[in-house]
Amino acid sequence: MSKFEYALFTGCTAKQSTPELLSSTLAVADKLGIKIHVLEEASCCGASHLQDFDEFLAHVLNARNICYAEKLGLTMITICNTCQLNSAMTKHALDTDPELKARVNEKLREVGLKYEGTSEVKHFLYTLIDEYGLENIKDKVTVPLSNFNIAPFYGCHNLRSTDKHHSKTYGENAYVPTSLDDLISALEGHPVDYSHKNKCCGFHVELQATHTSEVLAANAMVDAIDNNADLMVTPCPLCHLKMDTYQDDAGKVVGRDIELPVLHMPQMVALALGCTEKEIGLGFHVQKAKQLFSEATA
Amino acid sequence: MSNNTRKVTIKAFRFNAETDYLPSYKSYTMEVGKDELILDVMNRIKWEHDGSFSYRRSCRHGICGACAIKVNGKATLACKQNAMELLDLFNNEITLEPSSKKRAVKDMIIDKSDFWEKHAAVKPYVVAEIDPRPESESIQSISQFDAMLDSDLCIQCGACHYSCPALEVNEDYLGPAALNAAFRFTSDTRDEAGKERLEIVFETGAGVWDCVKCNECAEACPKEINPIQKIGKLHNMQFEQGVAKSNIATRHAEGFVRSIRKHGFLDEADIVVYSEGYLGMYKHLKTAVKMMKAGKIHWQDGVPFIDNMPKIKNLNEVQKLIDISMTNRL
Repeated sequence: MSKFEYALFTGCTAKQSTPELLSSTLAVADKLGIKIHVLEEASCCGASHLQDFDEFLAHVLNARNICYAEKLGLTMITICNTCQLNSAMTKHALDTDPELKARVNEKLREVGLKYEGTSEVKHFLYTLIDEYGLENIKDKVTVPLSNFNIAPFYGCHNLRSTDKHHSKTYGENAYVPTSLDDLISALEGHPVDYSHKNKCCGFHVELQATHTSEVLAANAMVDAIDNNADLMVTPCPLCHLKMDTYQDDAGKVVGRDIELPVLHMPQMVALALGCTEKEIGLGFHVQKAKQLFSEATA
Repeated sequence: MSNNTRKVTIKAFRFNAETDYLPSYKSYTMEVGKDELILDVMNRIKWEHDGSFSYRRSCRHGICGACAIKVNGKATLACKQNAMELLDLFNNEITLEPSSKKRAVKDMIIDKSDFWEKHAAVKPYVVAEIDPRPESESIQSISQFDAMLDSDLCIQCGACHYSCPALEVNEDYLGPAALNAAFRFTSDTRDEAGKERLEIVFETGAGVWDCVKCNECAEACPKEINPIQKIGKLHNMQFEQGVAKSNIATRHAEGFVRSIRKHGFLDEADIVVYSEGYLGMYKHLKTAVKMMKAGKIHWQDGVPFIDNMPKIKNLNEVQKLIDISMTNRL
């Protein structure tokens, strides 16, 4: 039996527009001997928008997701920063407010579930670093990423606010985050230092405040490019979607041509561990990224 | 170098709007003691190095909000922040800057008029017909007081306001401090202007729907108020009190329920169509085509946008929970 065993909350994006996130996550886990149970019962986390509409309903649905990890007796890992924050917020709210926990459990009882608070909720990035360990990952690298300057883009919801993250996040400081930089170094890539690494990509207001959204995404990508980045990597598929899918629109808003592949964190790890082209799924990107596979080994 | 002091070079933003075209940065070397605050460091720059160095300070007790600046981009209330802690965090290299460089008047002093205008716009006071000769006190119960959460602790320092990236791009946006104040008075049971205030903060461009959800405000607040939590409450109150009208932002929030009820997952294509409406969808066609080409929207599962969705296991549980737990309607 594997020492590392987790319940995976995929989130909605990995099941739809970013299949490459799911395939690369599973491939990385497989290479590292991490056993994954996909929580096929888990529903959407509400992505902060359901919370705007109906906070209590969002708590009930998120508690239900965590119940399924509790049933397995495993830590629930996430592969999306927003899933992480919303799940951790529900966990924090329920674990610190017995009255709310009782109200939520009253609803869950109707479907035969009970939230206990026994499972941790942790982003896969921090699981890899805190639990599996960078040194152990380093030992498994077969394709060092030394050909690339890689800009880490942390994504708001893994960083802020610090007090909302119920479980440890590698002692990450929101102003001086280091986890992704350290991971890039462990894979022998060159981390790019730039001031927008911990800033907002604008994803959440894409529909109602398009201009704000495009400017924020563009500022981050331009800053990375101006600091010599060949590619960007993010642990959040929403940051990925914003910056990959809307890259040309964002470039137009600030008057710059932007050509920057934006990888999911597990895709970068998969590349370094020698996973297959299909598992890494670079073909699913809007901004051309397939060339990275051959460039990595060149 | 003892453990109690550390010799460091502090950089500071220098600018005089009356005489300078561009700002400059000057360095000051000093021994910083373990109990010194960033305010002490600023005092020493002024007293020991350059008397013209300018900053606001008053109470020295974290309550007047005058001395808010930024250190390496981190919002900092100078009289509350231990200097050594920041030197440790930033590897002994720290740069003092005003809360907003583009609003700098002299060194750390900024023109805060935008902050006060936004603040005034949300009617930050109790609006009520008050009997000029009351016979009894207007007493608040503990639970009425608790309903305001910790929003009343705001000291108007501007740390959240000048850390908000939405405000930096969109000057119409009210920002986290004003929205916190809007929540403070709307949740006050003595106040009678709640609905009016909720309408002000519902406005597209200015109101809560332009928050980008980055949580910078929660991280920046020296009083640990968590303004984004209050922004979330204002969203909820707009639905609860019937102020929310059907528009792209509210349909986007409510549309999550529609998707989750059908699939358990959010239907990424449907949420765009539902939020935008069929006419507004046109501007997303280019993106949809790009996504289809990359395989992000799946032809092979059926016609795009129509029933090509995966479903979660035990979807009936989620449907039942929505039926028995939903408290709001659009």
